[in-house]
Amino acid sequence: MSLPEEANQSKQLEFVTLVAGGQNFCIEITQIREIRRWSPVTILPHSPSHVLGVINLRGAVIPIIDLAEKLGFAKIEPSERHVIIISAIEERIVGLLVESVSEILGVSPDMVRETPRNSEDPTTRATPGIIPVGDDMTKVINLAALLPDQGQVAA
Amino acid sequence: MSAHILAIDDSRTIRTLLTVALENAGFTVTTAVDGVDGVDKFQDAQADLVITDVNMPNKDGFGVIEDIRSGDVNRAVPVLVLTTESGAALKERARKAGATGWIVKPFDDASLVSVIKRLTGT
Amino acid sequence: MMTDGSILDAFFEECEDLLVALTEGLSDMRDGQADDETVNAVFRAVHSIKGAAGAFSLEDLVGFAHTFETVLDEVRGGRLDADENLLRVLQRAGDVLSDLVDAARNDTPADQDQVAPVLDDLKSFLGDEGVVEEEFVFEALTLSFDEPAAPNRYHVTFSPGKEFYATGNDPLLIIRALQELGNTTVEIDTSGIPDTFEGYDWASGYLSWKIDLEGPQNDLPILEVFQFVEDLCDLKVSNIETDDPADIPVPFIADEPEQVEPSDTVAPIEIASEATTPEPPKPQKKPTTEKQAKRSNATLRVDPERVDRLINAVGELIINQSVISQRLEEAALPNSSDLFADLDDYKLLAREIQEGVMAIRAQPVKPLFQRMMRIAREAADATSKDVTLLTEGEGTEVDKIVVERLADPLTHMIRNAIDHGIETPDDREAAGKKRDGVLRLTASQRSGSIVIEIIDDGAGLNRPRIKEIAIEKGVIAPDAQLSDQEIDHLLFAPGFSTAKEVTNLSGRGVGMDVVKTAITALGGRIAISSVRGEGTTFSITLPLTLAVMDGMIIFVGGQTMVVPITSILETIRPTDADLSPIGLSSHLLRIRGDYVPIIDLADRLGTPPCKKALTDRVLLLIQTETVAQCALVVDDIFDQRQVVVKSMQGNYGEIAGISGATILGDGKIALIIDPEAIAASAPSLQGQNAMQQEDPIHVTS
Repeated sequence: MSLPEEANQSKQLEFVTLVAGGQNFCIEITQIREIRRWSPVTILPHSPSHVLGVINLRGAVIPIIDLAEKLGFAKIEPSERHVIIISAIEERIVGLLVESVSEILGVSPDMVRETPRNSEDPTTRATPGIIPVGDDMTKVINLAALLPDQGQVAA
Repeated sequence: MSAHILAIDDSRTIRTLLTVALENAGFTVTTAVDGVDGVDKFQDAQADLVITDVNMPNKDGFGVIEDIRSGDVNRAVPVLVLTTESGAALKERARKAGATGWIVKPFDDASLVSVIKRLTGT
Repeated sequence: MMTDGSILDAFFEECEDLLVALTEGLSDMRDGQADDETVNAVFRAVHSIKGAAGAFSLEDLVGFAHTFETVLDEVRGGRLDADENLLRVLQRAGDVLSDLVDAARNDTPADQDQVAPVLDDLKSFLGDEGVVEEEFVFEALTLSFDEPAAPNRYHVTFSPGKEFYATGNDPLLIIRALQELGNTTVEIDTSGIPDTFEGYDWASGYLSWKIDLEGPQNDLPILEVFQFVEDLCDLKVSNIETDDPADIPVPFIADEPEQVEPSDTVAPIEIASEATTPEPPKPQKKPTTEKQAKRSNATLRVDPERVDRLINAVGELIINQSVISQRLEEAALPNSSDLFADLDDYKLLAREIQEGVMAIRAQPVKPLFQRMMRIAREAADATSKDVTLLTEGEGTEVDKIVVERLADPLTHMIRNAIDHGIETPDDREAAGKKRDGVLRLTASQRSGSIVIEIIDDGAGLNRPRIKEIAIEKGVIAPDAQLSDQEIDHLLFAPGFSTAKEVTNLSGRGVGMDVVKTAITALGGRIAISSVRGEGTTFSITLPLTLAVMDGMIIFVGGQTMVVPITSILETIRPTDADLSPIGLSSHLLRIRGDYVPIIDLADRLGTPPCKKALTDRVLLLIQTETVAQCALVVDDIFDQRQVVVKSMQGNYGEIAGISGATILGDGKIALIIDPEAIAASAPSLQGQNAMQQEDPIHVTS
């Protein structure tokens, strides 16, 4: 169905693949600022349960979100082994707690297929695309859809 | 050779407009923010021509021209008065102070440049 | 003409400065504090706006500024007396000019209904001469080359006079310019040179030139070359074919008896000396040293982003300093170690840098207060009341953001004071007061805070009426027992407005609750005091800067948090005798004969409850606007220190009861408590405004 991979080398997209809730996902690399090890957070009062708290990232206050829980899986029990992906969603910087980060995946744009709509579960809505990898596939996360601006504040 | 213009005006906007117009025409521009600053800068600026506003704090444009004409440095430099008025009284006053000519604001870049080219021989 | 957007932006920025200078000068004139230079400065402000506006073809602005300027010029020249009547018009004109600048900036048409009457008023001071339209006719040198024809030949004779040389002209440049017009033959005439050097005037011109020129279609380009000098020389331009000498008027030299020694006889002209008023000696003009001081006070324009970066970096430096402090303490070095002395120096330097950086952002409240002058004027006009707005402490400096964000609340409060506070002249007279009301707007710095007060000498708050309305609107229960202070604070309750009908002024759908929210958002507080019949005082207390705060470090539910020192009245380690149980789980704190409600901070923040008894914990006695006093229970208090305030809103959003965050010495984040919001959210204290609102500190602007 698609051109040989080499044909579109110049327009390659890069994704960071990760594991959350035991499944494979990926996030486009341009949305990722850095990847760091889990460190204890400051808990926020009145926050939804997927918001773990905030950390200090070089002087900025960054909220940390449990990506697995946000995608509808069980809560991650954070430990030293877990990883935080610091990502930029529009103007906001948010840290995503994931189980692990695997590799950087380079694909041509036409390899990204639309996710077949078979359900309305939160995972499907937040992953509009899938990329086949070998016998398996990885799901592309749309961060803006997953974490819409909480912007309760207009001022 | 690019002529060096000293532009004296207390309005930042006019200074910018003059600088842009003159630099685009290939002149080198030094600006001064009022009369006293203008006369100060004139002492070391080696200007080939001076453009000065009339209404300015500390020293007005006529004062600037008089200082230049009565000074020891480059006293014969052409000086253009930048004014919003085109009345005869203003011109007489400018002339009396020793102005070479006058430019009426709003000025037209092309005629400003052509006048300056003529007066500086460039 | 350049119409580059960035230059236009710069122009509007400059207009802002000029409008401030204008307002300042006009109010000095009104206060009788004006000297000649003040009037000049006012004139120049309008003049500069006009001049630069012309460059962008902002016709409305130019036209109005021109008339305005003409009137000011009359005042400056002493031909027009700046009496109360004229000053009133001038102030209005200043307002309109400001509107026109805004209209031009927003590229919206100006409101002619506003402009026209003021323009007419201005013109009425100018008498018959009115506005000389001719003066701003664009004097472009338009050359017409419509009809290409055979080249004409011109004969030019040119004898420059002494003045020609005295005004920076050079015959060589004139001849060169003519040469550019076509083929020329130049012949110099030296016959004018005297035979002897006796009486020879070195500054004079004895030479003349004859130039034959072939080229231009008409004489216009030739005349253009002589544009500035036609009256400084004998000039004849004739078309050789038609032999029709162009008529060059040379009236200037003939009428000018002083021309012999031009530059020596002309006295140095100071612009202020033009205003030769025949009045008794005025106070001496300000000494020149002051003028020079003003001049050297030149400002530097800096992108605010750069300042913010600096502030952030300094914030990091302070944090870094406390990290090092903490590490050193943990290292248990001997106290005598020089390191501690060095660390103290480091601390001092860091604070000094911080203060310096903060000072960059500090701005006097003066421009803000001047805007309020206008608001007051308009409000008084709209309500047909006589109100004088007096300002004090205009030089008080506050963080730029505070100045900016205070504009709306202050506007609202000034309008409110005039609309609802100050009575009509008749009512005032009946109450034995002066007919014109006085509104005072003051700013002062008090121990780390800025206090802004709005004091009116009006009727004072009508507490029974306020209570009635609050009950009507369901803000309080009909049987609520409230202290005077609590009644006063009902004004700030959401949905409360004392206006019986929507007036022109308060019909903007904002109430005092919005004012309060805005002040709170700035980390400030607002308080009211009022005496029936004598007036009302609103007093706003603001932090000096938004970026740094004095905080008490506390522990709650296992977390380290910060409470602003400004809101803590005292810290209490209670004994059983201080606590009176109320119901099963609540207590009141007995302090100096009063009973104060106790709020468990852990409970409010939803953190795990503390198992310790109240007597093993610490109470922070808090002063709030909504509920007078209350005591916050915390697990322990740790330390008092300056913290750098970080906003939570950029990356996350607003959290009820939390005003921000800071980074502690160990690099961890500590949340900053908003005691006001915590108190307001306590269900026992604020029946209606309690937790049924999901977010009690929700900003509705």
